[in-house]
Amino acid sequence: MNLHEYQAKELLKKYNVPTQEGVAVESVMAAEEAYRNIKNETGSNFAVIKAQIHAGGRGKGKIEGKDQRGVAVAKSLEDVTNIAKNILGGTLVTIQTGPTGKKVNKILVAQDVYYPGPNPTKEFYLSILLDRAKGQNVIMYSTEGGMDIEEVAHKTPEKIFKEWVHPGGGLQGFQARKIAFNLGLSGEAFKSCVKFVTNLYNAYVGLDCSMLEINPLFKTSDDKIIAVDCKMGLDENALIRHADLAQLRDVTEEDPTEVEAGQYNLNFVKLDGNVGCMVNGAGLAMATMDMIKLSGGEPANFLDVGGTANAQTVEAGFRIILKDPNVKAILINIFGGIVRCDRVAAGVIEAYNKLGDINIPIIVRLQGTNAAEAKKLIDESGLKVQSAILLSEAADLVKKAVA
Amino acid sequence: MSVLVNKNSKIIVQGFTGTEGTFHATQMIEYGTNVVGGVTPGKGGGTHLDKPIFNTVAEAVKQTGADVSIIFVPPAFAADAIMEAAEAGIALVVCITEGIPVQDMVKVKNYLLGKNTRLIGPNCPGVITAEEAKVGIMPGFIFKKGKIGIVSKSGTLTYEAADQVVKAGMGISTAIGIGGDPIIGTTTKEAVELFMNDPETEGIVMIGEIGGGMEAEAAKWIKENSKKPVVGFIAGQTAPPGRRMGHAGAIIGGADDTAAAKMKIMEECGIKVVASPADIGKTMAEALKK
Repeated sequence: MNLHEYQAKELLKKYNVPTQEGVAVESVMAAEEAYRNIKNETGSNFAVIKAQIHAGGRGKGKIEGKDQRGVAVAKSLEDVTNIAKNILGGTLVTIQTGPTGKKVNKILVAQDVYYPGPNPTKEFYLSILLDRAKGQNVIMYSTEGGMDIEEVAHKTPEKIFKEWVHPGGGLQGFQARKIAFNLGLSGEAFKSCVKFVTNLYNAYVGLDCSMLEINPLFKTSDDKIIAVDCKMGLDENALIRHADLAQLRDVTEEDPTEVEAGQYNLNFVKLDGNVGCMVNGAGLAMATMDMIKLSGGEPANFLDVGGTANAQTVEAGFRIILKDPNVKAILINIFGGIVRCDRVAAGVIEAYNKLGDINIPIIVRLQGTNAAEAKKLIDESGLKVQSAILLSEAADLVKKAVA
Repeated sequence: MSVLVNKNSKIIVQGFTGTEGTFHATQMIEYGTNVVGGVTPGKGGGTHLDKPIFNTVAEAVKQTGADVSIIFVPPAFAADAIMEAAEAGIALVVCITEGIPVQDMVKVKNYLLGKNTRLIGPNCPGVITAEEAKVGIMPGFIFKKGKIGIVSKSGTLTYEAADQVVKAGMGISTAIGIGGDPIIGTTTKEAVELFMNDPETEGIVMIGEIGGGMEAEAAKWIKENSKKPVVGFIAGQTAPPGRRMGHAGAIIGGADDTAAAKMKIMEECGIKVVASPADIGKTMAEALKK
């Protein structure tokens, strides 16, 4: 589950991780008030307005139909008004959103942290994530901050450092010091960095993050270390112990069909193809998508109906898949183990009848317990449903349907 | 022989009296699996499905001599259950539970280091040695006895592969569902290694999916050590990058963990890779003839 920048920063503050201060607002008027408060507090005319969407590349991205980037510096109240008007309610298109972009409902009005001072400022990169192969958390960091880290990794891999954290002992002081030294820090900045990294790791573990990225990690001109931006992903499995974090989910950022599928406990991912599919089990669902492609079609979705494929789940699956006008055929692929195929077949027939006329070919492949009885039920139902038992037979039927 | 479990394995069920535990323990017993008891803290001393209930795994081991445990404990308590089994000296722990927080598994993986416990799963269908012992939730009747070993990250896809292998005239020695989570106990490579060393297994079906580097690791090991034909399939050739496809671990993170990259390295290492999941059984039959 992904969070917005402003949500992530609020959570980090609870772990004493210093961040760029700001207020998230939904209206131009609230943005103006936030600016006035920031101005009073800092004595500076500068503030930064940042669109809050679940995608990166906001600084370079543009609001559709306007000459406005997703992150902008305001130098006056008038600037704030104009920028807020441009961004709020607009559609931000970035390299990560794809051409359709994402609607902006909130903006973060934040302090300008690039103020002048005794020492030069510096941007770094730091993230914490899981190293699957080692089964350990790893802190990845670089002196090259504020830019695309994948490009840094590709062009100058020697500038990326990694520090693995022992699962029993946790992050040690010497490791945090090593990170601060490798970033070239000294004096006050060194001390704040050690504290920052230690507290950030505690936040990562305490919040059960799946990913935590600070880019840029910033040294101010008066040697403070702060998070200017923050990308945070939470482990959905761990939400069972974080009821408060589960509430931070913003469904407007997700595909509405996927949200609806979730309400039926269906695991659904929307894709761009022309053959819908409904399968029990995640691995078999992916394999079915692959088979659709090999048969000349393109999968329109991933849909795992789980262990209980009954009339209700099949009906919900049908409704969700049929919302997509590009779908030219639907393949139901169920391997009945403990769930008997004849029961699933009865469920398919019931759901089909309930939905009335479905104008595209439906292919049902039922294999496993009572597969032959199931095929008989489908074949004798009088419905425009094609049935198969072997996976290769189902593939041939898909081939015909998309030809 | 076969691997991991056989008719002499003594099996206990953790989460014995819960809905899932009761249902699947009943099925396991019907299959002929030697279930010797179960653990539900607070219900020790009673019986369930005509088998004794214990409060702790240690007590169950002491009273029954159990060497295998299967876990049906809810996700919030499953990591604890795995560690309790390891501490009691259980040699093989099979964790079925789906949805365990990743940081819990980071702890478990570290806890198991240096212990004589092998973990299968979590988020897996379990292990079955055909016609001897079913320590899992798979439909037992599909797995007819034979000489093919199956290792897979996925449940229903394992059943699909087993069914094809059986229909192509071969049978199954043991099938191991290793699980679809980012951190699991036994890796693809370790499972393949078990089959390579098993005199009853003559061919291996290796089923992977997008995400992580376990299939590449197994492929490299196979290249150096293979004595038996291996047929491979990777699910998720059409999966979009960055999206989780059902399993917590099934997500393309970079160029190396796409299906195409895995299939390429597997082919280079001498594995017979099939593009369609419908070709698994047929390809294994052809490979064995050679």
